[in-house]
Amino acid sequence: METSTVTLEARELVKRYGDRAALRGVSLSAGAGELVAVIGPNGAGKTTLLSILAGIQQPDEGDITVLPEEVGWVPQQAALYGKLTVRENLALFARLERAPDPRARVERMLELTDLRDRADDQVGTLSGGNRQRVNIAIGLVAEPEVLLLDEPSAALDPRQRARLWEFILRLAGEGTTVIYATHNVQEADRYANQLIVLADGERLFDGSPRELEQEVGTTGLDFEEAFVEFLHRRGH
Amino acid sequence: MRWLFLKDLRILSRSPLLVALLVLYPIVIAVLIGFALSRGPDKPEVALYNGLEGQTTVVELGGERIDLAEQGQRLFDAIDPVRVDSRAEAIQKVRDGDVLGALVIPDDLATNIQSSLEPGTVEVFFNAEDPAKRQYVENTIKAQVQTANAALTKRVAKEALQLLDLISTGGEYSFLGQDFDVLGLQRAETILEQAREELPAGSAERAELDRVITFGKLARENLSFSDDVLAVVGEPIHVKATALDGGTTSLTSFAVALAVAVSLMFITLLLAAGTLALEREENAFSRLVRGLVSKTGLLVEKGGLAAACSVLVCLVMMAGLGLFVDLDWSRVPLWLAALSLGALAFAALGLAIGGLTRDVRAASLLAFMLCLPLAFLALVPSGAVAPLLYDLIRAISSVFPFRPTLDALDAALNDAGDLGGPLLHLAGLTIAFGLLGRLALRRFA
Repeated sequence: METSTVTLEARELVKRYGDRAALRGVSLSAGAGELVAVIGPNGAGKTTLLSILAGIQQPDEGDITVLPEEVGWVPQQAALYGKLTVRENLALFARLERAPDPRARVERMLELTDLRDRADDQVGTLSGGNRQRVNIAIGLVAEPEVLLLDEPSAALDPRQRARLWEFILRLAGEGTTVIYATHNVQEADRYANQLIVLADGERLFDGSPRELEQEVGTTGLDFEEAFVEFLHRRGH
Repeated sequence: MRWLFLKDLRILSRSPLLVALLVLYPIVIAVLIGFALSRGPDKPEVALYNGLEGQTTVVELGGERIDLAEQGQRLFDAIDPVRVDSRAEAIQKVRDGDVLGALVIPDDLATNIQSSLEPGTVEVFFNAEDPAKRQYVENTIKAQVQTANAALTKRVAKEALQLLDLISTGGEYSFLGQDFDVLGLQRAETILEQAREELPAGSAERAELDRVITFGKLARENLSFSDDVLAVVGEPIHVKATALDGGTTSLTSFAVALAVAVSLMFITLLLAAGTLALEREENAFSRLVRGLVSKTGLLVEKGGLAAACSVLVCLVMMAGLGLFVDLDWSRVPLWLAALSLGALAFAALGLAIGGLTRDVRAASLLAFMLCLPLAFLALVPSGAVAPLLYDLIRAISSVFPFRPTLDALDAALNDAGDLGGPLLHLAGLTIAFGLLGRLALRRFA
């Protein structure tokens, strides 16, 4: 997919928790319709990076070109009210986001997520996959240009995961910039246009999956093996 | 904020167990307290052997007729008597646990009282199976016997006073159906004065007579003090009670204020802590505070919801209590002020708890665990513990909202003491705990 104008740019982000640096001067940029995967070992700083981009945390240094209100945020664990129905959850956040026509926006999200037949079910009764779709729909209810997803397919079975990615790819196809953090390296390889590799809060790589394989240079390795080899060479 | 408020109300309405608890709890409390206040304590069951039955119960003390049955009626009103035929049967009933105690009035009680040679004696036997009930029956019987004793003493003292007056001034007196004319010291003194005048001056007889006249005068003058002395004998200790601190609230009215304060505390704390912790448990907090709602706004919404619900429930509860207890409905604006400030202070405390805990269960447990000691500490009366410990308890109670809420409700309901002070205290606690809750949210995301 050809990338267009830059919709999000973060420069030299630094975040410290006491003496520990969670992010050390990380930069990234993403264009409209682009799928950016943020990968790395545990404690690399993936969630910290996304939560700063979402406006949940403030960086100690660095800046970001978009306001939090312009970014859709989908946390790893579904942030939904189990006692409310799918429609009520969507309507609540549409109103809090001050969407011009909340009812129409809810209907559009139900359409987009194929959840119309479950619209009046309480979220607490939905499967993990459907909950995650509602979770993403709430992230999209303000129709943001950028959507941030933290481990979107965690705890989903393969069928649910496939449906989720079908949905995310459709969003990207419509021009939404999608940035997602994942432990699943195959998902990064399969769906991302751009990879950001983090380790110990440092950005080790920024490019496409194929460029990462080329940098490792070893033939006969699948992408996951190439990624592990890449980390190993960088001392991780 | 309006949408969040409506969302929380909707979630509450879909938690039937919680709503049932919130509605039923105050109703049950109100009904229980109402019944307890309106019925009073049960009378203790006491075996009664009355040896005076079939005899005349009227004794004559110095011409005054006293009906012992009338004096005993007060005692019988205070107990539930189980009549038995003998002293042994009364004791056996106590041993068997059929009654809490036994009262034995001997056959010779009236004779002994009338003879004035020895006091009349009644016997009391207790069942010590339940210390509280034992204390109750013991105190009830002793108090009533003492009342009867005091009444008899007064009557005897009054009779003695009349006799002394007769000795002093003389007059008519009836005894065993015969009338006597008693000369009395005053009249005797007059006769002696006249006889003295007829004796030659300086004679030995006149000097002896002077000594008798002086004795008579002295005796009469001292007898004039007998009123006061006998009044003291009739009631040696008179109790003059003056409340120095606190209002004039009756136990019943105070119980209403207490029941409302406890309910207000439970409902507000649990709701405020629970609804705030729910945002974290549902992972919605981070989504909300990234521009949709400010953290302070979120606290205001949760606190307002908890306070509004608890004030409403407590008003319903007070209406329920009003069926049993006489409440002054013209003071409703003051009730509302006390309820609102109390609810806001409890809500702020609940928010601090909700901010410090990670989930609803932990928040509810912590709130619940805090409630009971708070109420207990606030109710410890002065003098019940060592002064230093009491000061410590007062200091602890003053940094939590229960005591000032109770004071405010007592003042609002019963016109007992100052209302402004407790309301200001509660306003201060609301701000302090609100700030603590706001600080706790910094580690909430």
